Amino acid sequence: MSVTDTAKDLQDERLLERQGVRGVLDGVIDRARGGDLGMIPVVAGLVVIWTVLQILNSYFLSSANLVNLAMESAAVGVIALGVVCVLLVGEIDLSVGSISGLSAAIVAVLFVDQGLPVWAAILGAVVAGAVIGWLYAQVYNRFGVPSFVVTLAGLLAFLGFQLWVLGAKGSINLPFDSGLVFFAQLAFVPAWLSYVLVAVAAGGLFATGFLHARERRGAGLSFKSVSTLLARSAALLLALGFVVWYLNQTRGVGWMFVFFVALVLVMHYLLTRTKWGRAVYAVGGNTEAARRSGINVKAVFTSAFVLCTTFAAVGGILAAARLAAANQSSGGGDVNLNAIAAAVIGGTSLFGGRGTAFGALLGIIVIQSISSGLTLLNLDSSFRFMVTGAVLLLAVALDSVARKSRTSHGRA
Amino acid sequence: MSAQQNVLSLRGVTKTFGAVAALTDVDLDVAAGEVVAVVGDNGAGKSTLVKILSGVHPADSGTITFESKVVGIPTPAAAQHLGIATVYQDLALCENLNVVENLFLGQEVRPFRLNEVEMETRSWELLRQLSAKIPTVRVPVASLSGGQRQTVAIARSLLGDPKVIILDEPTAALGVAQTAEVLNLVERLRERGLGVIMISHNMADVRAVADTVAVLRLGRNNGVFAVKDVTAEDLIAAITGASDNVVAQRAARRTEGGVRP
Repeated sequence: MSVTDTAKDLQDERLLERQGVRGVLDGVIDRARGGDLGMIPVVAGLVVIWTVLQILNSYFLSSANLVNLAMESAAVGVIALGVVCVLLVGEIDLSVGSISGLSAAIVAVLFVDQGLPVWAAILGAVVAGAVIGWLYAQVYNRFGVPSFVVTLAGLLAFLGFQLWVLGAKGSINLPFDSGLVFFAQLAFVPAWLSYVLVAVAAGGLFATGFLHARERRGAGLSFKSVSTLLARSAALLLALGFVVWYLNQTRGVGWMFVFFVALVLVMHYLLTRTKWGRAVYAVGGNTEAARRSGINVKAVFTSAFVLCTTFAAVGGILAAARLAAANQSSGGGDVNLNAIAAAVIGGTSLFGGRGTAFGALLGIIVIQSISSGLTLLNLDSSFRFMVTGAVLLLAVALDSVARKSRTSHGRA
Repeated sequence: MSAQQNVLSLRGVTKTFGAVAALTDVDLDVAAGEVVAVVGDNGAGKSTLVKILSGVHPADSGTITFESKVVGIPTPAAAQHLGIATVYQDLALCENLNVVENLFLGQEVRPFRLNEVEMETRSWELLRQLSAKIPTVRVPVASLSGGQRQTVAIARSLLGDPKVIILDEPTAALGVAQTAEVLNLVERLRERGLGVIMISHNMADVRAVADTVAVLRLGRNNGVFAVKDVTAEDLIAAITGASDNVVAQRAARRTEGGVRP
């Protein structure tokens, strides 16, 4: 091939030519060897966990159980999505559990005790969550207190605040006939609509890919061929179609899960396709370089903290709606660590600058699978804590090893 | 060389940190299309000079004239706005981002729907202009060599269309071949008509690429030489002050005699 008809970005003779499915696979293997594991550990982990749990209990992979699993994932998954944001800038929020509990309590008190309309109660809780994140960011930016200390203090303080809001009763039930509880427990996507959504997703993937390829072609850059794009969309169509079909054998796909997936998609867009997202990765990768590039580093930290606590508040509302109650143990127990574990298992680095919104989705499915499987085996929470702890440790260890490997392979 | 050709001129710049006078009464001139090397021993004030020009520290006194206007440089943003770009010694690149992302960091095209295609096209144009040897712009900067990273950092500083570019120790951490690559790059900057200030303590590099050498010693000017008529020994003497240099003696006599213009 002569230089003239080669795309502008493929002219260097040192570039290895990689084409088709084989080329894609080679690229993945290459990156994994260099420590850029991406989604490999979480997908592999999911396969192993599902296989083992299915062997131990044949109900595990049944449609009914998976429908439940998806519904259970949504609340903590939304919290994990927030944790991804804050981990990306290289900070951490240990108080997401307490904030979710506090937000559950606020919704219950405003809605049930004060008799406000449900949207006002939800708005109140979400605003409270956002304000907490803003406070964290102020303390972090002004005084330079490490985020794990600020949020550890928040963990305790907002747990106390939650108990105070709930008052002497300690537990408030949400009425079953409210829209909130209906949304979290009984609202399922009609079968026909679920297939339409799958088709829209596959079509959307193809359309964006096609437009992008056309633009790159116009600019003389390399581009994905139409057949590759078609194959990719067809694979998505088949995979999603199968999942939806299987779930539709029983109750189907819950609206709450769809809501969670929609949030993941929005965050994915914000992180990958906007200036703000670029700034988040830059701050997580090299704060000083980001500052010298003219990025308002403090504003980026503030946005990450606010997003994290806001998502924690939303997750808390969803959890309360699912339970149809807010009580003293809302957001307690393993919610905190499950959310952080989901983010880390999904491939978000604790060291900042690396991770994706989809990681939260896959990570929470792993965590929730373990939880659901162990419950099915009649093992109580003691075992669940131990297993989840071990999985979290494994994920963090993998992250650290991959980081070392990246450094030695020059991928940082 | 007449004064109006100078794109950047410093006169009597002084900077103290507490009781330490880091720079005293320093003058420096840079013309368009000229490479000025600033050399000096450790503690000579080279880094302080860079920081004043890039807006990290403001000068205590003295004037900075940029394109015939007296200017102040209170912040890094002000320096960039004027058209003074700085490539720091540590390069300030994000290793987790790829070349395009680093080049356009903080000045992305179309903030709410990034125009990746335009950014990639412009990246290639820029890198081609610099004859940069970077195989692909979609790899993380972490996987590039030292010389390639230096190229990316310099290319990034060119995006704002600067008039003067300051390179802080551009060859300090590089091998022989990579150093040569960066020196080629410096020559290309000169061909583009930029004023280049190169901080260095490598005499070979300075003599290879610079037009003018300004020597700093203990925070003061210790002579400005045209590279073509100065020997390495003279430079080293001026830097170390070992053979109390002729230029400095002459300057001192003239100041005492009151004949300084």
